[in-house]
Amino acid sequence: MRVMKQGERHRVRFTLNGEPVEGFAEPRMLLTDFIRHEIGATGTHVGCEHGICGACTIRVDGKAIRACLMLAVQADGKRIDTIEGLAAADGTLSPLQVAFHRNFALQCGYCTPGFLMTLADYLERHANPTEQDIRVALSGNLCRCTGYAEIVNAALEAAAEMSATHADAGAR
Amino acid sequence: MKPASFDYVRCDTVDEALELVEQHGDEARVMAGGQSLMAMLNMRLVRPSIVVDIAELDDLRYVKENPGHVEIGATTTQAELEAWPKLKAQLPLIAAAIPHVGHFQTRHRGTVCGSLCHADPSSELPLCLATLGGEVVLRSRRRKRVVAADQFQLGLLSTAKRPDELMIAARYPAALAGFGYAFREISRRHGDFAIVALAAMVGGGKIRLGVGGVEDKPVVREWDKLDDSELPNALNDFAWDLGGSDDIHATARYRREMVRRLGRKVIEEARQCAS
Repeated sequence: MRVMKQGERHRVRFTLNGEPVEGFAEPRMLLTDFIRHEIGATGTHVGCEHGICGACTIRVDGKAIRACLMLAVQADGKRIDTIEGLAAADGTLSPLQVAFHRNFALQCGYCTPGFLMTLADYLERHANPTEQDIRVALSGNLCRCTGYAEIVNAALEAAAEMSATHADAGAR
Repeated sequence: MKPASFDYVRCDTVDEALELVEQHGDEARVMAGGQSLMAMLNMRLVRPSIVVDIAELDDLRYVKENPGHVEIGATTTQAELEAWPKLKAQLPLIAAAIPHVGHFQTRHRGTVCGSLCHADPSSELPLCLATLGGEVVLRSRRRKRVVAADQFQLGLLSTAKRPDELMIAARYPAALAGFGYAFREISRRHGDFAIVALAAMVGGGKIRLGVGGVEDKPVVREWDKLDDSELPNALNDFAWDLGGSDDIHATARYRREMVRRLGRKVIEEARQCAS
């Protein structure tokens, strides 16, 4: 049993995009705020703060989740991935990011980290999604600029590209 | 947004959690996946003095086939149940309903039992439990009791769980041979709370229909040996008996119409699955 008192800050350690990080959080601190303000990784955006908009989607132990519906203290010891870890270390964009760029799948960009982290998880586990599959998978992310068509196109393109890469790897 | 201050305890055993809820009673809130509770904390709709986190209790993370029912432990997430290989064969109603529970991101953390304890009137998992006639297992330090679905959910966000109790499992009756099951819901967007949700179970000469989102809890009606020609009238009576009301999402009249029309469809679907 681990007891953390209110009003006190408690040490939280986890792996962020492959690197160990640590900081201090009161029990009531949301994981979104911890990642942004304690760690300083501001790529994860904060929208509605009650689990509706999906802007704060990150991956915890590989699974896409809402960072506004999780406490920082619950992240202790976990493996966390955010938008900052999507591109390669040298800045080369992932196929998913390239597909977003190519398809004009963002305008203001506020919702984009959430969409990308949602799709990064979803496409890893669903090889050949249909347009309808993508629309259902993205139903938990809101975008007020694009009208979604470009985002769905980008996701389908990225999915096709990723499964082609897998097929290549399998053939070799 | 920021929750009001609370003490936080991450439990390592069920006994620790039971001790804490007994000690703190109404002041404590149990968190499993937190997908309903966190939103309520953020908006300060609840201000517990202590949050008892049971998410890491791996003893309660299981899906188990018992005679006649499937038992789902308290920390089993909705995504884990969704991925259970026997779901479609054993719990076809849940298999049809679970994609409607929030979004895949919230199902990664949200638990089945948490959804039952939250007791939202338009939630899918409580509706399925009520329609199938399932039960929940509640434990305190002193006793363990098994409560039937219709005795458990009392109204809007209200259940028979006492402050010193923890729900440790839910029991969903397994599919019966020769019975068919179907689920449908109407919502503005996929993953939103249902305006009307319907679950049907058909077999053995009986028709059972559960309705969520209309009253302050799921309502189930069963008809025995109902002739096809009598079904529209029976559904109309049921629709009028439900105490639906107008709100921002839909009018009471619309909800009644959904019970009549979608009710018929979902019963028809269940019947086809049975044959």
